[in-house]
Amino acid sequence: MIFGLEFPPIENLVEWPNFFGPQDSWYGFNKIALINLIALVATAGLFLVASRKKTLEPATNAPRGSRNLVESAVSFVRDGIIMETIGREGLKYLPYLVSLFFFIFISNIFEVIPFFHMPANARMAGPAVLALITWVFFIAVGLKHQGPKYFWNAVAPPGVPKALLPLVIPIELLSTFIVRPFSLAVRLFANMLAGHILLVTFSVLCITLFTASLLIVVLPFSFVMLVGLTGFEIMVAFLQAYIFTILASVYIGSSMHAEH
Amino acid sequence: MSILAQVAYEATSKAEAQAITAAGYAGLAYGLATLGPGIGIGYLVGQSVQAMARQPEAAGMVRTTMFLGIAFTEALALIGFVVFILLKFV
Repeated sequence: MIFGLEFPPIENLVEWPNFFGPQDSWYGFNKIALINLIALVATAGLFLVASRKKTLEPATNAPRGSRNLVESAVSFVRDGIIMETIGREGLKYLPYLVSLFFFIFISNIFEVIPFFHMPANARMAGPAVLALITWVFFIAVGLKHQGPKYFWNAVAPPGVPKALLPLVIPIELLSTFIVRPFSLAVRLFANMLAGHILLVTFSVLCITLFTASLLIVVLPFSFVMLVGLTGFEIMVAFLQAYIFTILASVYIGSSMHAEH
Repeated sequence: MSILAQVAYEATSKAEAQAITAAGYAGLAYGLATLGPGIGIGYLVGQSVQAMARQPEAAGMVRTTMFLGIAFTEALALIGFVVFILLKFV
């Protein structure tokens, strides 16, 4: 507590009471679950709406409205992520990566939406599950493309001298199967939590300055900073969805062929 | 004596003093964790901008690789941030 600035304890920032159901029960439903549900419904709904025939311009057959948005997003994931990291043969994994991108982006963007002001990924559970799904996915892709030999190729890349194998195998084992999902989850989680705390800090500062007598002259600067950081957090929400998708794409691509 | 140590000294109970010291070390841990990634990301982006300026037609590829590199480098700073949260609040 400095200059009467009372920062709320971290539990008040990220833990939400259940709308219904007792706390700690499996069917309890709180704000995080609501945001995740909205992200799920919005992602599915956007694609269902966009795939209707009505979203095409009758005369020229050009996309419009929601279809325009979805087509540009899909082509962004296809050309900007898959073609750059895997290549043509990765195109069949486009649906997974597009839905991953949309789900993460929508659940992140609730960080700046009024009355929510909470990124769903600022709790570890969401990113952890997404990283686990990606982990299972790239292992499954490796098994599909290389068979059981995938595990050996992943821990001992072909071409490594035999003498180095005792050193390489533990490192690769650790980095491929443990560090990858861990860092995926922690990256998304920590970025969103940091952004959330940053916004809360400046909001608390603004409120405190509003009631302060003399220090109120600092309020405009603080408020401008808050607005600027909100814009910055919109960028971070997009960037984290992009980075998660691009890393998932890189991991899937790396398990399609043995490295050399 | 630093302000932090003074605050810790004046705190009434011992547990409180310990919590304040832990909070101070949390800040120190996060500060140290930012040093390496800060230099790394700066160097990485600088080199990428140079590459894009020299070969604008390769800008797309360089940008993708740049984001990948940033993501890997940033992970260290973020683990530092998580350690900060754990030290300060848990």
